[in-house]
Amino acid sequence: MTILSGNRPGSLPLALLLLAVVGCLALAPFLFPGTRALDTAAKICIFILLAASYDLTLGYGGIVSFAHTMFFGLGAYGVALMLEHLGRGWLPMLAGAGLGALAAAVLALLIALFSLRVRAIFFAMITLAVASAMAVLVSQLSGLTGGEDGLNYQIPRELTPAFRVGSLFGVTVNGKILNYYLVFAGCALLFLLLLRIVSSPFGRVLEAIRENDFRAEAIGYPVLRYRAAATCISAAVAALAGALYAIWLRYVGPGTTLSMEIMIDILLMVVIGGMGTMYGAILGATLFVLAQTYLQDLMGAGAEALSAVPLAARLLDPDRWLLWLGMLFILSVYFFPTGVVGRLRAMAARSARST
Amino acid sequence: MTAAPEHAPTFTRAGLGQRITPWLPAFLVPLIILAGFVLIGSVSSWLTLTVAGLAMGMMLFVMASGMTLVFGLMDVINFGHGAFISVGAFVGVTVLLWLAPLAAAGSVALNLTAMGAAILGAMLATGAMGWAFERVVVRPVYGAHLKQILVTMGGLIVAEQLIYVIWGPQEIYILRPEALKGAVTFLGAAIEKYRLVAVGIGLVLFLAMRLVLTRTRIGLLVRAGVENGEMVRALGYRIDRVFIGVFMAGSALAGLGGVMWALYAQLITAHMGNELMVTVFIVVIIGGLGSVEGCFLGALMVALTQNYVAFLAPKLALVSTIALMVVILMWRPQGMMPVVKAR
Repeated sequence: MTILSGNRPGSLPLALLLLAVVGCLALAPFLFPGTRALDTAAKICIFILLAASYDLTLGYGGIVSFAHTMFFGLGAYGVALMLEHLGRGWLPMLAGAGLGALAAAVLALLIALFSLRVRAIFFAMITLAVASAMAVLVSQLSGLTGGEDGLNYQIPRELTPAFRVGSLFGVTVNGKILNYYLVFAGCALLFLLLLRIVSSPFGRVLEAIRENDFRAEAIGYPVLRYRAAATCISAAVAALAGALYAIWLRYVGPGTTLSMEIMIDILLMVVIGGMGTMYGAILGATLFVLAQTYLQDLMGAGAEALSAVPLAARLLDPDRWLLWLGMLFILSVYFFPTGVVGRLRAMAARSARST
Repeated sequence: MTAAPEHAPTFTRAGLGQRITPWLPAFLVPLIILAGFVLIGSVSSWLTLTVAGLAMGMMLFVMASGMTLVFGLMDVINFGHGAFISVGAFVGVTVLLWLAPLAAAGSVALNLTAMGAAILGAMLATGAMGWAFERVVVRPVYGAHLKQILVTMGGLIVAEQLIYVIWGPQEIYILRPEALKGAVTFLGAAIEKYRLVAVGIGLVLFLAMRLVLTRTRIGLLVRAGVENGEMVRALGYRIDRVFIGVFMAGSALAGLGGVMWALYAQLITAHMGNELMVTVFIVVIIGGLGSVEGCFLGALMVALTQNYVAFLAPKLALVSTIALMVVILMWRPQGMMPVVKAR
């Protein structure tokens, strides 16, 4: 269990669910052939990592940040700009990811120093302001960033469908599948790293600060430094997730990396999956992306079926699915603040006590 | 036992420097206006921009004041405040569209009646919505900041989507009442009439709010509650009731701000409240959480800076507000006029 850093799922149904998700993702190209399925699988991987990195600040640090998509976007634009200006190649790609992560960490540190030393809630407001300023800036500096249209660029040939390796289990293995495995491996490694971080003494102190920052300070832990470090790590990992997304999509634009909608999506994923559990990110992101991709079709069908009823059709319109998610979100904050993972763990603990 | 020695303590009068320090931020507004004059150089464009900035600042103040008081009084940070701005704008515009014949009539009195009705409708709707919002969304999470931010954010999403459901996804264009169209010319600068009206409404509101807060009993309770809620409660006042009143008033003010903004921009969308919230947050932060005066000064500063910079370097308008916030927070980390908290 060292691979999980001693942080086990802690419930049999949860462990089985997680195994199923990770297994499906690991074998996605062979289990679910087809471009849409592979795109969905890659998106799930990346959003698992993104939600997990957000969980480090929200769930473990108890700090709400609205700039997580900004860090995500920094990584994505880092890769995109490097590949655009230095030409296709592995080195510019890696350099872009590294520089993006560095920029994200530095920016996170600056924001943290400005806001966290006063009150933790300043952080939420200031990140919201900075993130929207950054989104506006990116869409206005169209000479550099391509503006609203975004950037299209070339990634190394080994990662494109044109590069063929051979065939395995009746599926032609091409660069696209290699690219998928790059995304999968990157996300898996970084997720395990996050799991290591939250199980370390550093993670424990972070949880102590979340529960009672005044007391943690009194015991002698420098609260500001711990919180700032958590936001920096979280920002850097988010930027790396953005870099992987940019490599997968071969495109970046404000809509795919910087928009406020994605920020709300991440928030929903973490809260529904379970704050402060890390595993919650896996379940939350998977459920959310699957729902986003396939449930909207269902809502469309429902709206058509109810088109005779005036208001119901509008309520079920696929564009209104955020309405239902928002309600689900409020209800889950009230009634299941620990999310799906917390529920499953509580059930396991109850049955362990009764036997 | 010896008698206490003769002793007549006197307070030394605070020096001018000491007395003026808390009010230093008030000098920043004229300073910014002056800096704008120097940088822009042309009297007519400077005048137009200054009036536009003042009008925008007043609207921002109207929107932000409720939020800062709600925070000061009950330690509730309401991320859903933007929803009241949007709802206010949509209700107000709907009323104005119903009364289109009045608004288009040639008589000033009829025009103002239409606008008054729109404002009243919007404020009633958002006030009632504020009551429901407090009951359903905010009440269960008092004292827990993290949950408050999450839940009020969820409330904002739901409210925004409900606007889409009720009014449809398209933006709505709106014309100002006849009497408020057009501009007056002064020193070669064209100044839109509506902006002057907005400045007037904002100033009247600010003065009224200060009067209520400093001269009435309920204002005394509100200020005492902001300072130390627990003590007010211990003295036997039901501060929760004061609070729900302030929450409703703050929501109604946000609705008023929404109507004013709708007539200013002449275009409304469901996410306008969400977009304005970014600026409102900056205003509240640099003003100092809980302070009405700080909020007023902050709103004027942010709006003036944004207008000047938008003229001088259009791409940097929103970034300039962030820069202003950074500078202010470096000077006073708690905001310009922080409310001293006893806790």
